[in-house]
Formats: sequence, structure tokens, C-alpha cells
Amino acid sequence: MKIIKNAVAGTLESSDLFIQVEPDDEELHLEIDSVVANQYMDAIRAAVMKTLEEFHVTTGKIFIKDKGALDCVICARMETALKRGGVEES
Amino acid sequence: MRRTMLFLPGNTPNMLINGDTLGADTVIFDLEDAVSPDEKDAARILVRNTLKYQAFPNCEIVVRINPTDTEFWKEDLKAVIPLKPDVIMPTKVSGGDMIRQVSAYMAEVEKDSGMEEGTVKILPLIETALGVEKAFDIASSDSRVIGLFLGGEDFTADMHCKRTKEGQEIFYARTRLVCAARACGIEAYDTPFTDVEDMEGLERDTEFAKSLGFAGKAVISPRHVDIVNAVFSPTESEIEYAHDVMDAIEEGKRQGKGVISLRGKMIDAPIVKRAQQVLEMEKAIYGGACR
Repeated sequence: MKIIKNAVAGTLESSDLFIQVEPDDEELHLEIDSVVANQYMDAIRAAVMKTLEEFHVTTGKIFIKDKGALDCVICARMETALKRGGVEES
Repeated sequence: MRRTMLFLPGNTPNMLINGDTLGADTVIFDLEDAVSPDEKDAARILVRNTLKYQAFPNCEIVVRINPTDTEFWKEDLKAVIPLKPDVIMPTKVSGGDMIRQVSAYMAEVEKDSGMEEGTVKILPLIETALGVEKAFDIASSDSRVIGLFLGGEDFTADMHCKRTKEGQEIFYARTRLVCAARACGIEAYDTPFTDVEDMEGLERDTEFAKSLGFAGKAVISPRHVDIVNAVFSPTESEIEYAHDVMDAIEEGKRQGKGVISLRGKMIDAPIVKRAQQVLEMEKAIYGGACR
């Protein structure tokens, strides 16, 4: 599955994150900026990758500004951004 | 026991994930008025994930879904029912048919999810003039219905009158709902007091609601939880009296007495029933008998 249009999800409020997704046919570009990057960057990346795998998305540009969101929130916002970007649930 | 029912906006992670630490007996994850139309998809997914990954051991979970005349309500149910929230709150309910329609679709989702039909209950939000007039029809429409819930803001808008702190304009709706609910053996829950700063007004309004027979009250701010909990909790002397009543009943039985009195007054069935209710609340609040 591919991201077919630009989309956003989430907010910049505490315990939330803001995600922008854009199409890219060639590669996966993932940028994460988090207030808890030192402690939890691996966990945030893992939650993002898990959702991408669930939706079989292997390419696209993804920009994330995280304000300390839990895994369940990261997955929810990723799912919303992907669906808004034209990715269908398989 | 639902002394307090705290509304939490469905698209606000910070409030959802801390829902059961705010002291309310019930939290209501709101997918309706607290969520703008262009964020309905995001809120639905967020609430679903919160139910899936977060435990809420200290409170009951209600999900308020969108009205049945919108495109959202079926998607709401499809997303949350498999996660087994305790209760679904349909909105702008104006008759028993609407409840049966929601219940039938809930049954479909429950079946598809391998759940027993009827697992998730219904608490209808009544907030229109027609809904108030059909309160008994709604209360008796389906076995999932566990109570009636009054929404004062939309109701007064529908009545073309101003919502006031005194609440004269919702007096009829309040008493009608309590009576309909009690007639069906279920509870009624009162509309929130919407001035977040006025604690004295909140206490007065809550005491009045309790005096009419409501079993609890909705709140829109965590700051209101303690006051509403306190008003709907039995007092120390009420608990003491309830224990005395039950002790007197036991003693009377042992002595083979047909008529039992306490402090010079005959104890009849309604007094025993009330005492049992107080002791049930004592157990629910304090985890056991206080004496």
C-alpha cells in the first residue's frame, strides 16, 4: 500500500503527537522529533513502524512531532494519518 | 453505583488516558459534541486504541456515540463494541425505536466479535422535548437499557428557553425522567452543572437532583467530581441507621416478632429497602462495612 496524498493527524498538545504524511514512491523517509527522544526514541520508532507494517506501507515521507504520547496514541494518530493519506485497511 | 459520570473529550489523549485517576465512578468517552466533524475519524480510532491498550480498573467506561441521523454512529459502534466498554450512550434519543435500532446493530457487532449478545449496555441520553415525553417508552424499549440520562443544554435549546442555574426550566424533564426510570426499575442520571467555577451552585444543584430521586449526576470538569460524589454518598449517620435497621430486623426474626420497631418507629419494607441500598453503597465506596 502507498500513501497517495498529503495528510495530517494529531495535535501538539501534551501527551499527543502531530504527524504529517506525504507520498513517495521510492523510499521510506521517517523524521521524528520528540520531547522524550532521549528516553523513548526506540519505542516511538517501533510504534510507528508497527502501524506501517499493519497497513503494508513501505514507502512515503513521515514527519512526527511528539509531545510525550503513549504507544496507543502514536498508533492511533499514525492510523488516522495513513487513512487520511489514502491508505486503505487491508 | 454511578454518583459521578465525567465527560472526557474523545480526541484528547491526555484526558482519556488519565480517565480513571480523576475520582469519577464512571467516565464517558465522548465521540459526539466534544469532537468536531472533521476529527470524528481521529477520535474514534483514539478511543478504540485507548480501550484496547489502557486498563481502567477504577471506573466504569461509557462511550457516547454520534446520533443515529448522522453517518458516524455505526462506525462508532463497530470500532468500540469489540473492546467491551461497559455502556454505550446513544444521543438525542427521541423514542424506543431508536434504542431498538442501536441495540440491533450492537448485537450484530457483538456477534461478529464473538461476544455474547447484550454484553454492552445502553444509557440513552434524552435531550429533546419528544425524548422527555417518551421517557417511559425509551426506558422500557430494550433489556440493555440500564438508566435514563438527562441532557439539559440541548433540551432547553429544543424548548426555546434559557438554561439557568436555578433550573426551573428543566424541572418537568427531571421529574418525568426519574419517574419513568423508576417505573421500569432502572436509574436516572442528572444533567451536568455547567459553571465550572461555581462550587456552591454545583452543590445546591446536586442536592436538588438527589432530592428528586436521581442516582447520580454528569460532570464536565474533574473539579466537580468530589462535590458530586459527596452529595450522592450516604452520610455517616445514614450508614449507622442502616446498620441499626438491619440489626433490628435480625433481632426481630430471632425473637419471632412480626412487627419490628426502632427508635420508636415501625420498620416497614420501604425502610428496609432503603437501608439495604445505603449498605450496598457503603460497600461500593468503602469496600466493606464501616462499623
